[in-house]
Amino acid sequence: MRDAFIRALAEMAEADRRVLLVTGDLGFGVFDQYRRRFPGQFLNAGVAEQNMTMVATGLALEGRVVFTYSIANFPTLRCLEQIRSDAAYHQANLKVVAIGGGFSYGALGISHHATEDLAILRALPGITVLAPGDLWEAEQATRVLAATPGTAYLRLDKSHARTGPGPGEAFRVGHARRLREGGDCTLVACGGILGEALEAADLLARERIQCRVLSMHTIKPLDTAALADAAQDTAGLLTVEEHTVIGGLGGAVAEELLEAGIHPGFFRRLGLRAGFSSLVGSQQYLRGCYGLDANAIAAAVRTAVNTRYQHATQTMV
Amino acid sequence: MPSLAELARRIRIHALRMTSLGGSSHIGSALSCADILAVLYGRVLRLDPGRPRWADRDRFILSKGHAGAAVYAALAESGFFPVEKLRTHYQDGSDLSGHVSHNGIPGVELSTGSLGHGLGVGAGMALGAKWDRQSHRVFVLLSDGECDEGSNWEAILFAAHHRLDNLIAVVDYNRIQSLDTVENTLALEPFADKWRSFGWAVEEANGHDLDSLSDRLAAAPWQPGRPSCLLAHTTKGKGVSFMEHSVLWHYRTARDQELVRALAELGEEA
Repeated sequence: MRDAFIRALAEMAEADRRVLLVTGDLGFGVFDQYRRRFPGQFLNAGVAEQNMTMVATGLALEGRVVFTYSIANFPTLRCLEQIRSDAAYHQANLKVVAIGGGFSYGALGISHHATEDLAILRALPGITVLAPGDLWEAEQATRVLAATPGTAYLRLDKSHARTGPGPGEAFRVGHARRLREGGDCTLVACGGILGEALEAADLLARERIQCRVLSMHTIKPLDTAALADAAQDTAGLLTVEEHTVIGGLGGAVAEELLEAGIHPGFFRRLGLRAGFSSLVGSQQYLRGCYGLDANAIAAAVRTAVNTRYQHATQTMV
Repeated sequence: MPSLAELARRIRIHALRMTSLGGSSHIGSALSCADILAVLYGRVLRLDPGRPRWADRDRFILSKGHAGAAVYAALAESGFFPVEKLRTHYQDGSDLSGHVSHNGIPGVELSTGSLGHGLGVGAGMALGAKWDRQSHRVFVLLSDGECDEGSNWEAILFAAHHRLDNLIAVVDYNRIQSLDTVENTLALEPFADKWRSFGWAVEEANGHDLDSLSDRLAAAPWQPGRPSCLLAHTTKGKGVSFMEHSVLWHYRTARDQELVRALAELGEEA
């Protein structure tokens, strides 16, 4: 996703001289080509994320389209107040980009697990929150953000689903993509873990459990219409995120549905629940440990679908 | 435009009335920087109240946002909005919050209130101006207590590295912070040496000497390629004898007879 981001950003930088990439001294080797092509549109702000975000805000308020870049929690939680009070409150044209969503840097330890960022950033007023699930979404999100004024958070991931655009498909912020169709369940996923959700859907299809899969690449604003449709068309919903179940995708979906008076047949939030993710390992390994790989997602769907079926049978008796 | 002394006096009177009417704090901080603001708005800053977003204007950021009443007063006296609006400060439904906010207020470049934000944003503005070969300057007014914030030192490092000589920091060095003296809280001395060692051009002045402040600020930058820091030695609560040098008046509000006495010291009837 990082490469898709930087490719798209380079194209936007070429077309618009106001586009500026500011890194917090991270991205070794990643920006070499970009930097050579656009030396005046690159800045290494050093290991100082608060100042990076303040400087970026100042530059944005003076007319530039600024992308701040760092990994995991550094460009977000470390400088949260700068994003809130400096950038978002002033509607600065600043896009905060974190590479390393979820367990992308799993083996580096909990400092590098970005597992609360969506909940925290989503709560800020005046900010768009995106967590693309495949390379096309990452590239499109970058383009759209560069072309749309305002403050945004773009969460990128080391992993990605192997999906791409449908024929003539246009990427729209705030509009979920339907990647699989089925009536037994809807899996709503954001970020690279979308790939696991799709794999789970494929596993289940062999058992004749048919899942709709939504790529909810925009956490804010949330596509409530797509969720309402899913609740109506399918037996129930499961949200899937490499993130705490508190306040992120699952939390957002629950809030929207309940307030709209929509009650899916069943509803589960798949994500992180207990304590810090202190285990060490690759993204794939940790997904397995925390019940977030394709097999675990499929198992959760089976349980939800079967419980509902049993419940329906008992009621009939 | 009134004389600088008169402008400073009016800023003090407005700030006293505003904080009294609203029951808000920080009068000591507002009085402390009133002369600095008078010099900036009355002489130094290149501004046009009729065109608050004029591209070539000088930028001013009040990083010590709690002195918002004084900046609102300076803006109103400079013609950015009617002086009558000051009466709404801190009232229900007002645009004029206790800490300075840009929302609905022409002339405010940046909303602040949380300390340690102004200098970094100012550095970004100054860098943008450099890149775009613009000639305006960016002034940031900080408090001394605010220099406890690590984010300021990130910005101090950054501004020197990028040779932002169009960035001018003014520190309202009244040596009293929220609960105690600076010395007893987190000592800053040798303060000037700290800024110098980070690569800034540093000068010191009496923060209530209007001529000295005018000369120093008008002449900045003092060294090509270096950002400028003016340590303005001030008295917290300056101009009202019973508020001067007092920790109490960081938070206390002048009521009734206190307000009458304070205004009288400034030659104003309540």
